[in-house]
Amino acid sequence: MIPVLTTLSAGPLTTVQDLGRGGAAQLGVPFSGALDPYAHRLANWLVGNSEGAATLEMTMAGSTVEFLCEADIAITGAAMNPYLNGAAVRQWCSLRVKAGDRLELGFAENGCRAYLAIGGGIAVPEVLGSRSTYLGGELGGLQGRALADGDLLARGAASPLAAPRQLPWVPIYPQSLSLRVVVGPHDQFFATALAHFFAATFTVTPKSDRMGCRLSGPVVERDPGAPASILSEPVTPGNIQIPADGQPIVLLSEQTIGGYTCIATVVSGDLWRIGQACPGDAVGFVEVSLDTAHHILKEWQCFVSDARILLEAGWS
Amino acid sequence: MHTKTAKSRHFRPSGDTTLLATYGDAIDPLVNARVRRLAMSLDGLAHPAIVEVVTSYCTLAVRYRPQQIRWPELCDLVLALEERLGEIALESAETVEIPVCYGGEFGPDLAVVADHNGLDPQEVIRLHGAVAYPIYAIGFAPGFCYLGGLDPRLHTPRLVTPRLRVPAGSVGIAGGQTGVYPLASPGGWQLIGRTPRRLFAPERDQPIPYRVGDAIRFVAVSLKQYQRISREEWP
Repeated sequence: MIPVLTTLSAGPLTTVQDLGRGGAAQLGVPFSGALDPYAHRLANWLVGNSEGAATLEMTMAGSTVEFLCEADIAITGAAMNPYLNGAAVRQWCSLRVKAGDRLELGFAENGCRAYLAIGGGIAVPEVLGSRSTYLGGELGGLQGRALADGDLLARGAASPLAAPRQLPWVPIYPQSLSLRVVVGPHDQFFATALAHFFAATFTVTPKSDRMGCRLSGPVVERDPGAPASILSEPVTPGNIQIPADGQPIVLLSEQTIGGYTCIATVVSGDLWRIGQACPGDAVGFVEVSLDTAHHILKEWQCFVSDARILLEAGWS
Repeated sequence: MHTKTAKSRHFRPSGDTTLLATYGDAIDPLVNARVRRLAMSLDGLAHPAIVEVVTSYCTLAVRYRPQQIRWPELCDLVLALEERLGEIALESAETVEIPVCYGGEFGPDLAVVADHNGLDPQEVIRLHGAVAYPIYAIGFAPGFCYLGGLDPRLHTPRLVTPRLRVPAGSVGIAGGQTGVYPLASPGGWQLIGRTPRRLFAPERDQPIPYRVGDAIRFVAVSLKQYQRISREEWP
């Protein structure tokens, strides 16, 4: 473990994340992990890491850090105007930094979450098989918490990149999202509401966090006589809960069991999009069949895997 | 028997990577045992397409890789296992004793629970410790148990205004449920006591000292015992 950076200013919510903590839900420990696993993976591949190495997830605004050794780094995800030693630098490409370099990220101008990867990965202890921070359970990441000013982080062993890497495109996060969903698991309680739900436009509210993206908009009414809550059962990232006030919550990755009814579920190939949604963004939902959802996931995985091949082949 | 099974089973997708299999709609030890048997037999398969199995009161969630198994095949797989459930013996249930120091600063709402039910606080403590509560599910927070079996004489509504921070180990009552908070969190339960045990310890081989299907019994301890136990390692 090599000390790699210190946070001069941590930013509003910066956490260590990887691809999540599988297999612990039966203990009540949720998945956690990068809310935009696409940007997280690309950041890692840009610096020569495996996709599961831990990165820093920065929410709404970024950190200012000083590096303590030479390293390959990459910033992906939300556009946060990075400056290295006072000069603007690009995202979605590798950068070589040295001891004493100062990286400053600003407010998110497009998208919500940026990822900073460092060659060798952020070195924090694995907890139940993952380095992801689970804020609600105060575990994983750096002492189970968000980064604070003055924190010191180490990295794992890495060999420097032979040549710089760069993604040949820059993803843009639209302010109006259309998310594909499969209905259910409790659509039987929303027979009359479903048509309205698919016609409506909702707005992302500032009350959103890593547990759920909270939306506001037309009230989603359950059918007369349908229960507001059910006997608690396992929940899934992407479940769209309808609590008593009829304002949908898209569950993200910090819950294992819930008792609210869910009208529909965002397909896994679209989950990263909601991870980049900002307060004020518009969200609509489009129904697809389960078969189509599986097809979307397969296409998405092929696309991401092609991107990896492109980066590792040294295209620039 | 088979007709009844077919009638009481319900398969639903929860998104594109989770199958929910539901076997009832009420808290029922037999239904819960059925769900856990099914989870055990699915885990036992170590099927490469199955990522994780999670249980609750009446429902089993099977997280799967859709590239490796199609929905109809997954449903058939679960159905085939149902046929053989009789052969699956559940691991023997244990009763895990959790020491609790009732009242005082640890149980600021003990008097509320007593008043609401027209009981003496000592009677609340006695009734609360008189039952082994079965664990139907673990979730909401790491190690948090959904317990059955609270004596109706102890049922008490939640706080009107939830507390911003309930200390780890707090034991409470909410409506017809009782439980213990393994970690500090916001919460609206009526707090009647606190355990000195650290219930969730991710660094242990077994991070929580109980499993779904076990039972919890609360054992009253004095403040002095509380302080002594809090210095011990457990288990």
